[in-house]
Amino acid sequence: MAEPYVVQSSPHLRAKDTTPRIMVRVIIALLPASLAAVYYFRLRGLVLMAVCIAVCLATEAVFLRARKRPLTPLLDGSAVITGLLLAMTLPPSFPPGFAVIGAVVAIAIGKQAFGGLGHNIFNPALVGRAFLAAAFPVAMTTWLPPVTLKVDIVTFATPLAILKFQGGAAQGILTPLQDLFWGNIGGCVGETSAIALLVGGAYLLLKRTIDWRIPLGSALALGVFSGAFWLADPGRYASPLFHLLAGGFLLGALFMATDMVTSPVTSKGTWVYALGLGLTIGIIRLFSGYPEGVMYGILFMNTFVPLLNHYLRPRILGERAKK
Amino acid sequence: MKKRTFPRGVHPREKKEATSDQPIVPLPPPERVVIPLLQHFGAPARPAVKKGQAVLLGQMIGEAPGLFSAHVHASVSGAVLAVEEHGHSGGYPVPAVVISNDGQDRTASGAGVEPDAFSLSPDEIRQKVKAAGIVGLGGAAFPTAVKLSPPKDKPIDILIINGCECEPMLTADYRLMLEHPGAILKGAALARTAVGAQKIIIGIEDNKADAADVLLREAGLFPAEIQRLKTKYPQGAEKNLIYALLRREVPRGGLPFDVGVVVQNVGTSKAIWEAVSAGKPLYERVITVGGPGIREPKNLLARVGTPFRTAVEFCGGLQDDANTLIMGGPMMGVAQWSLDTPIVKGTSGILAWHSPVTATEYPCIRCGRCIEHCPMGLSPTQLHKFVRYEKWADAENWGVLDCVECGCCQYTCPSKIPLVHWMRLGKNKINRAKRKKSA
Repeated sequence: MAEPYVVQSSPHLRAKDTTPRIMVRVIIALLPASLAAVYYFRLRGLVLMAVCIAVCLATEAVFLRARKRPLTPLLDGSAVITGLLLAMTLPPSFPPGFAVIGAVVAIAIGKQAFGGLGHNIFNPALVGRAFLAAAFPVAMTTWLPPVTLKVDIVTFATPLAILKFQGGAAQGILTPLQDLFWGNIGGCVGETSAIALLVGGAYLLLKRTIDWRIPLGSALALGVFSGAFWLADPGRYASPLFHLLAGGFLLGALFMATDMVTSPVTSKGTWVYALGLGLTIGIIRLFSGYPEGVMYGILFMNTFVPLLNHYLRPRILGERAKK
Repeated sequence: MKKRTFPRGVHPREKKEATSDQPIVPLPPPERVVIPLLQHFGAPARPAVKKGQAVLLGQMIGEAPGLFSAHVHASVSGAVLAVEEHGHSGGYPVPAVVISNDGQDRTASGAGVEPDAFSLSPDEIRQKVKAAGIVGLGGAAFPTAVKLSPPKDKPIDILIINGCECEPMLTADYRLMLEHPGAILKGAALARTAVGAQKIIIGIEDNKADAADVLLREAGLFPAEIQRLKTKYPQGAEKNLIYALLRREVPRGGLPFDVGVVVQNVGTSKAIWEAVSAGKPLYERVITVGGPGIREPKNLLARVGTPFRTAVEFCGGLQDDANTLIMGGPMMGVAQWSLDTPIVKGTSGILAWHSPVTATEYPCIRCGRCIEHCPMGLSPTQLHKFVRYEKWADAENWGVLDCVECGCCQYTCPSKIPLVHWMRLGKNKINRAKRKKSA
């Protein structure tokens, strides 16, 4: 008999899921969109993804070293996700050299400055992207057509830019929904193919890795908001389905807003967060100077998370009852 | 009818197959028993015997000093070898009576036999329960006489008999329901009289449907309702069971009395019947000896004071790789470091298995699963941070004292944070500070 025994506090059973497993599932779920990126943007997509992932890992290593921490968090997969998501939110023509800066900012300021995994307030990939949007506004809004379109032009417009700046709805030149669905459009590296994102998102939902309330709630809010204006004036506004499929909504709602660290911990809070996100995206897209609002929408809602966690906690059993 | 349950909770694998078909067999008492004088919630009993004294089976050897305590009885006949401190399942030494077994099981003849138990008054029932040293056999070991004495201003309408046994691997209560349905029902009827309830509800999870059938057949004449519940952990936790069956919420910091309910475990119910009708003190109980680390898992009727070693050896011994020994269930049981620990009134099981190396702890990624699964509606992730950073007022305000330590949070935590440990630390520190203040 193998005395002495392992003596630990209860419970002595643990569910199988672990934090690294969650991260690995997110990476797996991003594979269809990564493949779509390579299919539509070839080497440019591949290089951006590789560069961002490598730089995120390197930055994480440097900061862990500087903070005199063990390097094991490199293996938890979170830095890989940050790199991959950052690359997916960049235009395909974005210079990889600039992307390096974005990746450093994402990890250094977006994550490690707060204390590493689990402590950051904002989605790290979007912190990196927000920095790039401010630092390189032209490069961040210059688009290439997907190679599958076989058009010989240097610049191109995204479906949301056509809608906003060329009066797409009025002119009748809106991108067809089926192109949005398959991804045969201009846009950021990983956001164009709705089907690839939906497949990955469905996998995460089935595995209960992401909270279904976030994609559902944000889609509902964006759909109802944009739908109301569309019903009022279809000659000026795009349909709710267009808004759900175009731009970064699916990438954001399925993979970025669902980041556990920066989304609320309670179901009530999650509903507020999700509905607020859809609404913010709708307001930015319809009424601001920007054609797209997913990045700012998520970062904006991230700021409310600590507040939501504080005030929208579940009711304790027996709280209502009197002694 | 839709089967009821409580909100949240978890579904660990039940793993009851190994012993669910094993009938209860008596464990031969050892040559020497070590009977701790603290086997219950409350103050330790005072030794009532001296070294060298001869004792009979069922003789009182420890006397409860007050209301929140319980008498302790000899589980064998023989001679008192010593009254000394001994290791205990809680992990610290407590005073214990060591008795050498003469193998005769001599009892005081005919004492306490009651031909017509059902005609007794509530007070008489309580007296007999107290005299028998009965405590809650579900695990918490709360003195039963106290539970049968609701305050005057809190009328009780419902007595719940807890047959949930929601802990994985344990089958002792299940076997009791199959093999002794009559005693359980009769004990319940007595407890009902004692608390003045109108109705008895027996709650059983639907993974033990045949036990529910047996009780239903037996129930015929008794005013008892058998309710099947949707299997989920921790259904057997008192407050969750009350909510599942009655949709009544026990107020925070309150007792089932506050909502007109008393809950008794099926084993306790049987013990009440035996104590009141036959004057039998609580000196033995049914336990499950199981888990992958036990060669021949069994359900045993074991004498209090029997070392774990005797029970484990009776069940074929430990597997070679067994490195974990648990008293109780895998979710709330207490890890043991020695096979010399004696079986006590609160021992529902002895489990053994091989634990892998402790899982690496990751930072909290705020996934919210602990909140999603907490049956009490708490926020364990937040509470553990308050406790870790010694924010006692916040921890109390966020309900750390409402934690029942069921372990759902830690079970689901993907970062493997020892959440229950932090809850216990918080409860302990806050309660200690409160006692100091009031002292």
